[in-house]
Amino acid sequence: MEQITEPTEHRPVGDQEVKSRGPLDWLVTNAARILISLFVPIVTFIGLYAGFIFLRDSSAPKGVVAVVAIIWGVGGVAALYLVSNWLVEKLNDEWRAKIQPFVFVGPAVAILFVYLLYPTVATLRLSLFDRNGEIFVGLQNYIEIFTNRSMFVAFRNNILLWIPFGALFTVVLGLLIAVLADRSKYERTAKALIFMPMAISMVGAAVIWNMIYDTNPNIGMLNWLYTGITGNDPVAWTASNQPWNNLFLVVVMIWLQTGFAMVLFSAAIKGIPSDITEAARVDGATEVQVFFRIMIPYIRGTIITVTTTVVIFTLKIFDVVQVMTGGQFDTQVIATQFYREYFTTRNSGLATAIAIVLLITVIPVMIYNLKQFGETEAF
Amino acid sequence: MTAQTATKKKRRISWGAIFVNVVLVLVVLAWSIPTFGLLVSSFRSRFDIQTSGWWTIFPHQEWVTVAEFTPGEEVDRDGVMTFEGVSGTFEELRAGIKDGSTQVIWIGNKRIGKVVVQQKEWTAGNHDFTLENYQTVLGGKTFQIQQPDGSTLTVQGDNFVNAFLNSLIVSIPATVIPILIAAFAAYGFAWMRFPGRKVLFIIVVALLVVPLQIALVPILKLYVGLDLNGTFLGIWLAHTGFGLPLATYLLFNYISTLPREILESAFIDGASHFTIFMRLVLPLSVPALASFAIFQFLWVWNDYLIALIFIGSKPDVQVLTQRIAEMVGSRGNDWQVLTAGAFISMLVPLIVFFSLQRFFVRGLMAGSVKG
Repeated sequence: MEQITEPTEHRPVGDQEVKSRGPLDWLVTNAARILISLFVPIVTFIGLYAGFIFLRDSSAPKGVVAVVAIIWGVGGVAALYLVSNWLVEKLNDEWRAKIQPFVFVGPAVAILFVYLLYPTVATLRLSLFDRNGEIFVGLQNYIEIFTNRSMFVAFRNNILLWIPFGALFTVVLGLLIAVLADRSKYERTAKALIFMPMAISMVGAAVIWNMIYDTNPNIGMLNWLYTGITGNDPVAWTASNQPWNNLFLVVVMIWLQTGFAMVLFSAAIKGIPSDITEAARVDGATEVQVFFRIMIPYIRGTIITVTTTVVIFTLKIFDVVQVMTGGQFDTQVIATQFYREYFTTRNSGLATAIAIVLLITVIPVMIYNLKQFGETEAF
Repeated sequence: MTAQTATKKKRRISWGAIFVNVVLVLVVLAWSIPTFGLLVSSFRSRFDIQTSGWWTIFPHQEWVTVAEFTPGEEVDRDGVMTFEGVSGTFEELRAGIKDGSTQVIWIGNKRIGKVVVQQKEWTAGNHDFTLENYQTVLGGKTFQIQQPDGSTLTVQGDNFVNAFLNSLIVSIPATVIPILIAAFAAYGFAWMRFPGRKVLFIIVVALLVVPLQIALVPILKLYVGLDLNGTFLGIWLAHTGFGLPLATYLLFNYISTLPREILESAFIDGASHFTIFMRLVLPLSVPALASFAIFQFLWVWNDYLIALIFIGSKPDVQVLTQRIAEMVGSRGNDWQVLTAGAFISMLVPLIVFFSLQRFFVRGLMAGSVKG
């Protein structure tokens, strides 16, 4: 911190002193400055590189490695920002104003270009080539996608089952629970327990729900209830009764995501000034009217954000299906088809085309999200 | 307000409160039972899991044997047989014939089996709990397990301690790094002027939609070239890349709504952007940072796909979700270890969640949606 604030406060004074002393002193002072400017980044770099080598080659006990790795990773990034900003603040005002924004946004933009933008372009290119990415085939892969039965089922599942049931139930349940919890004395406990599944991995959730759906009525709670009530034989819930077996997978997502929606809605509801709702109640509005006429319009922004987030999440759904059924029994979704085509069938052209279609499906949803930008002005 | 309307109002409110709480309790039960079942099962032996539901730990009605006898040779086992006032074929008896609160059931095979008369009685529940599953899952050595039939089974431990540490090494930096980078970027986008600001920001937000599957293969190729595959640095950066759009978006929404006057007066006092960011914006954004940190930590800790692609099968680096997924694949019916392993992987997220919960209410909403 001291390194950072010092140059801003003292540099103007320093510059004046330098000018009054003459060219030789100026050079000497600046040479020292330049040397320091080079020295600090180099030391930082060497330190980080030493850490990298230690982590790669060391056979120290696991606990030591853990501590070093965490300090190196977190401290390294912080050090990079500190040093680059320290360098920028050594520049004159004009250059600093030009370069400093890029010190702030540069790393994020660079990482995003490498990790998301470049791969997207690479994927787009591959989608126009054959299965090995060698021969240009034009739109052949896209034609294949829309004529293939397996892909048709994936689209049906994703768009007609996952989004309507998954996203709708998540948002509506999240909102209703948030409203109910807001009126209860046990709000904290209730919300904590409903949110808890968010803490559980998809793999963990798959274990939990595979157990509930197990065909042995001594293990699978659903079959225990079902056989106990109807007297019928146990059912393989995620395999039979296609296409409704998909809904048993959708339930897992609803279970995982409702807490997320609820937490966001709950906070939004608490942001509604109580005098507005109280005034409405005094004027004789029923609770239902308060809900639809005041709460919903007031938290509209939150509803849009939550809905778009959940719809995007639903469109990208992968883990639940992959772990629970592997996309068998007509439960495949767009993302599992991509995985299957790339890693099993090894058809990179078709796989990347599916990925691009997934991207295009998501875009309409994004327009809502993007609308929020542009309302904010720069400082 | 007259006394009458006052009581009327009071009653209406209390009915409403009862309704609210009843519905809430039902929802909470529905949401907690699956996890509770997992937790209970992880303390039950393999034999118990296979032969009785975890819910039998609660007091319940159970068929209790009141009499049993072996039918003599003279009984025609292929025809209709009558015992204790009920009659039926062998198949029907085998499934159990109910008569009021008693049940007659044939146990064993046709020739030398026995007939058991059972009555429904209340029991306190099955409370044979064991820590054996956790010993098996956590340790790396082999274990001797006494089976219900008397034989012993040698089981290789699953060495979850190592995977647990790896999950920590991956999760903590993969949470802090993207937040730091995103906070800088959010500040830059919100409060600094530079060419291309709007376009870059739209690109950042638009990248929210990129399903990470699109990125996996080109990145994997890049990593193989740079020798980053299977390193912690590689997976931190991957999580950073995939988490950044959301982090930047959420933090931007928060940081851009900080009161303009505070920042203006700091500028007038001669503070630089960096000083304002470190001394003013970061402390003011603690609620948003903390709540996003919790979310990112949970995502990274729970991630399976990114770990699978960028760590692969390197046992020293493998994280918990990978170990569990391997167990699902190879020992899908060993519910006693699957449940214990799954619960161990849930432990840290649950602790983090319950201890830092107060940040949620203020934080994420303020960050993700203005107003």
